[in-house]
Amino acid sequence: MKKIYMDHASGTPLHPKVAEAMIPFLKEGFGNPSNLHQYGKTTSAAIQSAREHVANLIQAKPNEIIFTSSGTEANNLALKGIAPAHRKKGNHIITSQIEHFSVLNPLKTMEKSSYEVTYLPVNKHGMVNPDDVKKAITPATVMVSVQYASGEIGTIEPIKEIGAATKEKGIIFHTDAVAAAGNIPIDVKDVHVDALSMSANQFHGPSGAGALYLREGIRILPAMEGGVQEGGRRAGTENVIGIIGMGKAAELAKLELPQRMAKIRTLRNQLRDGILKKIDNIYVNGHPTNHLPGNLSLCIEFIEGESVLLFLDMQGIAVSSGSACTSRSLKASHVITAIGVDAALAQGTVLFSLGRDTAEDDIAHILEKLPPIVERLREMSPLYKSKKI
Amino acid sequence: MQYSPKVMDHFANPRNVGEFSDADGVGEVGNPACGDIMKMSIKVKDNVIVDAKFKTFGCGAAIATSSISTEMIKGKTIEEALKLTNKAVAEALDGLPPAKMHCSVLAEEAIEAAVDDYLKKTTGKGLEKKKELPHDEHHGH
Repeated sequence: MKKIYMDHASGTPLHPKVAEAMIPFLKEGFGNPSNLHQYGKTTSAAIQSAREHVANLIQAKPNEIIFTSSGTEANNLALKGIAPAHRKKGNHIITSQIEHFSVLNPLKTMEKSSYEVTYLPVNKHGMVNPDDVKKAITPATVMVSVQYASGEIGTIEPIKEIGAATKEKGIIFHTDAVAAAGNIPIDVKDVHVDALSMSANQFHGPSGAGALYLREGIRILPAMEGGVQEGGRRAGTENVIGIIGMGKAAELAKLELPQRMAKIRTLRNQLRDGILKKIDNIYVNGHPTNHLPGNLSLCIEFIEGESVLLFLDMQGIAVSSGSACTSRSLKASHVITAIGVDAALAQGTVLFSLGRDTAEDDIAHILEKLPPIVERLREMSPLYKSKKI
Repeated sequence: MQYSPKVMDHFANPRNVGEFSDADGVGEVGNPACGDIMKMSIKVKDNVIVDAKFKTFGCGAAIATSSISTEMIKGKTIEEALKLTNKAVAEALDGLPPAKMHCSVLAEEAIEAAVDDYLKKTTGKGLEKKKELPHDEHHGH
């Protein structure tokens, strides 16, 4: 059976050249980079090179990159590290309602210990209004954290406008760019972000490797204390293989980005147009133009997303679903809810996320397999008949 | 979270999908906010459920529990059908993931609602005391 991976938002396959770069270190890269002997020198030089590539991907300086174990750790480090380091200035943080849980949950914890958080709403496309950010700023505001782009609905936020507002007020701006970094061009100096989280497995690097960009001169408390790795900001012997993989993936992303984006966007629009033509009562989530190239989030009316996911999986097609049933909390996705989708329709959320390995015949295959699945589930649904009349 | 092969079988090949134009009892339970709606229709003859069909809006577990419970109540008397517990439904599917146990509760409620409707139609009086089901308790596990 043909296998099609349409869940790049959850994690991307390793680029063959990334694997190639990692393999020698898997075998011989055991030297602790902190050591001065030849074994340590080999790995520390490789890490330095990786740091340069990761920095280069977002137009940062190498010493502004702190390697972490994941995008989640980078988000935790940014929030729990930067805000307390500036606690004397204030205790107010501004964020949006559609952040990833690795931003929302640390903030919830911080709210229990003297921090105050403003959760900005978004419009129906999932976009934060930069004016809302400006209005929410108080003398106690120390930090703004708004994602670069949504991994769930693909919307790219007005980062540059928010960056201009925070710069003017001297407030630190962190952005969770896990879904964006390596998938769209980012220039941290141009958009004026002070801290940015990313994850290697979102751009064909290995999982277990992430990074936090932190603008030179910004204070941060280390989340992990111990040795002086990562400039004392993240102690612990480096994940040498993961970091090397992330460096190579960043180098390749930078190099291949224009071609990847053009190809992925074309295929994504083909898939969208094909689905809208073949299936009725189906809605596209996210901003119509300002979105990640490979993200296609849909709400399919009268049916539930997990059922679609399972039937597609039986046909070899892997997607993800934002329905209540696939999340442990049994609540519809907070992102889909925040953009104003009604409760029943939100249950029918399915996310197709394309990547550099997606091919044209994959799209044709999905367009052949999806409509009968939707039809079958609708025939089974008590909501379908009642609304069809 | 993974489903048992039996759950996947009932999900992929659901038994008794549909409804009767001349149903003797129909019960609809659940709500879209929770992610599932189950509609159970029964045909009753001499106090025995001779046929059952379902329509379900929901996840894999919701469809599988609907499917197997229609099979389990067929041939049972009204009293026997009411004794069917959500646990028995889950066990018949070789278990459900903990987060999906509420689907089996929904199946039990759907059967009860269909029987209640049947009794109202035939005797003018529904079930005397509705069973207290720990529906909400299963949420968020």
